[in-house]
Amino acid sequence: MTPDNASNSSAGQLLAEGLWWNTPGLAALIGLCPLLAVSTSFAAGFALGLASLAVLCSSNVLIAALAPWIAPRFRLPAFLLLIAALVTTVDLLFEARWFDLYGQVGLFVPLIVTNCLILARGESFAAHHGVWPAFLDGLGYGLGFITLLAGLGALREVLAPGLLVAALPAGALFLLAALVALRQLVVSRRGAA
Amino acid sequence: MSAGNHDQPLVRHGAAGPRNLAGLAVVLLLAVLLIGGTWQYTRQRIADNAARQILAGISVVLPGILYDNEPNKDRVLQDTGAGQPLPIYRARRNGSPVAAVVTVSAPDGYVGPIRMLVGIAADGRVLGVRITAHQETPGIGAAIATEPPTWLAGFVGRSLTDPPEARWNLRTDGGEFDAIAGATVSSRATLAGVRTAVQYFNTHRDEIFSTPALPAGTP
Repeated sequence: MTPDNASNSSAGQLLAEGLWWNTPGLAALIGLCPLLAVSTSFAAGFALGLASLAVLCSSNVLIAALAPWIAPRFRLPAFLLLIAALVTTVDLLFEARWFDLYGQVGLFVPLIVTNCLILARGESFAAHHGVWPAFLDGLGYGLGFITLLAGLGALREVLAPGLLVAALPAGALFLLAALVALRQLVVSRRGAA
Repeated sequence: MSAGNHDQPLVRHGAAGPRNLAGLAVVLLLAVLLIGGTWQYTRQRIADNAARQILAGISVVLPGILYDNEPNKDRVLQDTGAGQPLPIYRARRNGSPVAAVVTVSAPDGYVGPIRMLVGIAADGRVLGVRITAHQETPGIGAAIATEPPTWLAGFVGRSLTDPPEARWNLRTDGGEFDAIAGATVSSRATLAGVRTAVQYFNTHRDEIFSTPALPAGTP
């Protein structure tokens, strides 16, 4: 189902990995904290997704470039420091450029540091792959995350006026569960065929 | 996880040596440069954004009022009863007081404090009210902050004599103001905030306008 050897796989396969096979929040159930808090509208979900994508791509690239020079025992503090610096950078740029949107999602941008998706991709992929595959990996996972955040946001925004629970955090959990189930259904149908 | 992620060693092994220290130094330097550079590049813009937001809030609660100073810079901090000093912005024309914008933090929201700006004319009439921060329930209590602010408009033109102070309550509490259907707690907290601002303005009017403005740059 998934590409057998990520280092030999094509750009398309690398992108598909994060976009479909292992979509964060949908297949790999990680990064749920911002997912539930910020997915109240399409704009908010898209904005936080974009910030996450920027951090993920740049952290993957930097980690891939620097990993050979970092001893395994130092890799966690080194990677975390890099990720924290990148998140701060994105946070400042966000606040400077999209001030109105920042008012809605600003609280969650610094929290991207703690999104295990970022460190997980850095540790499990970027640290032992080249810069280009690491970039594609980050792009794929980031796009997967944006799609889910913005999609869930759009869904909640559309449903909220008639279905109050969609506006509440609990409603986000129910909708997410429905999306996960839907995805599982598609995957298992394809597997059986 | 794809199988492809596990066909290589999880970490590259190697002894910590000068090469590793150099790696760490590069990481540190990179972090410092990234944050420092971005901060330098964005700080003016971020400060401008914040000032613009305050100014926009002020002009929204002072509709149709003519003033020739910059109220966002003519600012004092006073404790209106919330236990913390909050900004009051003064609007003047030819040096004489025209109106004030009182920041209130109403403590009794359904979820937490409700922050608002209350524009009050020099004669004590409410000119406008805007909610600037709240965590009320989406779809229910959050209705206090919907745009356009039809419910908040009910406060415009009111003062401590209209209605009399004892009638500054929701109808359910024996007062003259309607609550938003289903959001009595949020409505009550918001109304209490507006009432606090008007009461404070009436008893401290001279103090509000005569206190010297805070120098620019103070938080």
